Amino acid sequence: MEYWLWVLLLIIFVLVFMRLKLKSNTKQGKKRILAIAGSGGHTTELIRLLSSLPSATLERHYAVADTDRMSIKKITEFESKLSSKSKYFTYVIPRSREVAQSWLSTVFTTLFSFVYCIPVILKSKPDILLCNGPGTCIPICIAALIFKFLGFCRGEIIFVESICRVTSMSMSGKIIYPFSTKFFIQWPHLLTSYPKAIYLGGRIC
Amino acid sequence: VMSVFVTVGTTSFDELVETITSRPLQKALQRRGYNKVTIQYGRGNYEVKDVSSADYSVQGFRYKDSIAGDIANADLVISHAGAGSCLEVLGAGKALLVVVNEKLMDNHQIELAKQLYNDGHLVFCTCSTLLETLDSMNLTSLVKLPEPKTEEFAQHIISHFAL
Repeated sequence: MEYWLWVLLLIIFVLVFMRLKLKSNTKQGKKRILAIAGSGGHTTELIRLLSSLPSATLERHYAVADTDRMSIKKITEFESKLSSKSKYFTYVIPRSREVAQSWLSTVFTTLFSFVYCIPVILKSKPDILLCNGPGTCIPICIAALIFKFLGFCRGEIIFVESICRVTSMSMSGKIIYPFSTKFFIQWPHLLTSYPKAIYLGGRIC
Repeated sequence: VMSVFVTVGTTSFDELVETITSRPLQKALQRRGYNKVTIQYGRGNYEVKDVSSADYSVQGFRYKDSIAGDIANADLVISHAGAGSCLEVLGAGKALLVVVNEKLMDNHQIELAKQLYNDGHLVFCTCSTLLETLDSMNLTSLVKLPEPKTEEFAQHIISHFAL
């Protein structure tokens, strides 16, 4: 009995410590953004979104699926072109869904990659999560939401639905929609079913 | 020189490459005044045979790191329905003819090309209607794709997070 009391105290202590650390970190002014890259096309769009944001006030972290060499190449290229050559961080995670994988086995691989997402969140402590649809974003966002609930990170999700989604939302979009801070769509048709979404009057990237 | 650039993206689309290089299609392209054809045929089985004569040439390649140069040099781009290709071509302000792979008709990737066609940004056909489309299409009526709202997006994020 007493043993459990000590464990509980320890957990509370750690959480309080994390919160204090979070406060001291945000004081420095730089916000941490975790950009979640998927396969080819998604990554090109993601980088276009990132390049519109001020590079000097953001500390950039990238999560990349492990089978995706192209995305890593695109990220390195983008970072090398930035005028403020600041440090950036890349994390590799197993893919949660290969194209044409069945939905049932997707559930298991998503759980599997979820385990890999916990250290990503612990290391990147994201204020902002930027995702534009790849399946990889689901386990990362879930991990981020848990740590946000514990007060470890700000973990606000910015979701941009792919421009390919004209009449129906992607699976990732449907799952992330209720938990996102800002949810952008690129075609107005989706507003009827997702009224909280933001449509800027045209394509975003 | 009036040139056409054909692209199938990272996939293969043998039916398109075969149709484009067929005799009737080559004649149709020449009728419209095109005398230089460049074909990016990806991982297709059907290899493009180079043709070069004084008034007409065909050249093929599988992949390149960037096809931006080929797009910039073209007067007309004939592309598969892939979102990346469509947006790259329209973003470069080029006339675009999308040829849909009927085998992928239900694929949601095609949704975008269809919508862009409905909005008048591109011409849309299948391999079997390519010939008649080339003869009848009116490229001057195509509507330029508006600039993306990337700045507006950035403003939302900047003000929310006080960046």
